[in-house]
Amino acid sequence: MGYHEIRFEPDDRYNAFLTTCTRASHGDGRLAGVAVAVKDNISTQGIETTCASKILKGYVPPYDAHAVGLLKQAGAAIVGKTNMDEFGMGTTTENSAFGPTLNPSDTGRVPGGSSGGSAAAIAAGMVPLALGTDTGGSIRCPAAFCGIVGLKPTYGRVSRYGLIAYANSLEQIGPMGKTVSDVSSLMQVIAGYDRRDSTSRERPYAHTPSKEIKGLRIGIPEEYFGPGVDPGVTRVVRAAIGRLEELGATTKSCAIPSMDYALAAYYVTCTCEASSNLARFDGVRYGPAAETKKSWHDAYQDVRRAGFGLEVRRRIMLGTFALSSGYYGKYYAKAQVARENVKKDFAKIFSGVDVIAGPTMPTIAFRLGEKSDPLPMYLSDILTVPANLAGIPAISVPCGRSEGMPVGLQIMGRPFEDERVIDVAYAYEQAVN
Amino acid sequence: MVSENEVKHIGELADIGIDGEELVAFTHQFNVILEYFDILDRVSGEPAVASDLINVMRDDIVEPSLPRDAVLRNAGGQEDGFIKAPRVM
Repeated sequence: MGYHEIRFEPDDRYNAFLTTCTRASHGDGRLAGVAVAVKDNISTQGIETTCASKILKGYVPPYDAHAVGLLKQAGAAIVGKTNMDEFGMGTTTENSAFGPTLNPSDTGRVPGGSSGGSAAAIAAGMVPLALGTDTGGSIRCPAAFCGIVGLKPTYGRVSRYGLIAYANSLEQIGPMGKTVSDVSSLMQVIAGYDRRDSTSRERPYAHTPSKEIKGLRIGIPEEYFGPGVDPGVTRVVRAAIGRLEELGATTKSCAIPSMDYALAAYYVTCTCEASSNLARFDGVRYGPAAETKKSWHDAYQDVRRAGFGLEVRRRIMLGTFALSSGYYGKYYAKAQVARENVKKDFAKIFSGVDVIAGPTMPTIAFRLGEKSDPLPMYLSDILTVPANLAGIPAISVPCGRSEGMPVGLQIMGRPFEDERVIDVAYAYEQAVN
Repeated sequence: MVSENEVKHIGELADIGIDGEELVAFTHQFNVILEYFDILDRVSGEPAVASDLINVMRDDIVEPSLPRDAVLRNAGGQEDGFIKAPRVM
């Protein structure tokens, strides 16, 4: 394999990167020499990986995530690690320990999150492609807010080996890019079976996007156009769906009754999983060192108070509470029933339609600092979390602007029909460009 | 409603380290969020046993792993090739 190098010295005025590799090596292959940015919760051998947390400052992984290994095999140049909400916990990238990323469309606004650095780097033209991760919308939200394309693959389609876990039953690594074709070509590289992830499935992706959607049946859930959704966003997304109809698709209204409690089920599940996954950060194996002369409780508390940001500590505590004796049945067990109901609602709808379409986010990008209380921030994930609860593929594709800011059209599909959501997004993109 | 004492207890279980001022804010936020979570009371039934999923195990045989040096490199303290941890007794 040939060895080459590219120089990468971007003007990072949006704070999209936490680490940049000024000289990035690469081999030959279908992505030979293409600059790819990687979200900072995905392990990169020899390149600092912090999850935008002080508790992992200085951590240099001794191995590559499976997806990163595949990128290197395909010849991609890993040019840096992108900013994010700490451990993926947030919707704005403001929860980074290393300062927020700014939205290239309006620097007074957030880029969305948690993969905000990856989205901003693409929107600003610093890289053509990036990896993000999506636990409850963390690829699709910043894609919508920054005006780029982002795919959350079907759960199991991309290996999570080397992804630093936050809520492992929900999250997937996924491709982000300027165009649907870019996202599709990155998906070709990263999808496929990996024995090191026991939830990985033998479903490689070898698709070339097709814009033929004549006869496609699209479900329009009424909940995605309810009172919580900004009228400007509704108008733009309805017009985009009208465009799909002009291309030969038919629409049918549908309902997802479990949307009433899907968001609560999501937040109970992700905080419970976080409380377990983040127990490992105690200053012993990585990160700032624990004081070994102190008792372990005191030493761990010191490290974790100093190392974790407020939102991370809040979610660990909420999860610990929801799993604690006497509360498990009220919260965690109910959330799992609710999750089954979400899956059943989708299965029912998908027996009569091929894809579901709606807005990705209920609003345009927030102003910096606009969402300072936790609950209003959580509520903005309402349209993206259902796909994670059900494990289905979902893409966000730019579909116009409201108040001058980008709006995303979200297309959700049946499990392992990532190809179909790509095609619908591609058909739309080709029709308007 | 959860009390400040309960939140303090949870903080200790999670080794998260909370001080007095934070405790007031955390308790308030906890109650706002838990009140929202009450919507799950509308959900009836018990979690179903997953029937379409199987456990994936590999054979229990020794396989190559990372070199010890590489693993120790990120540890805060080490001694004689082991990671040094706070005392537990």
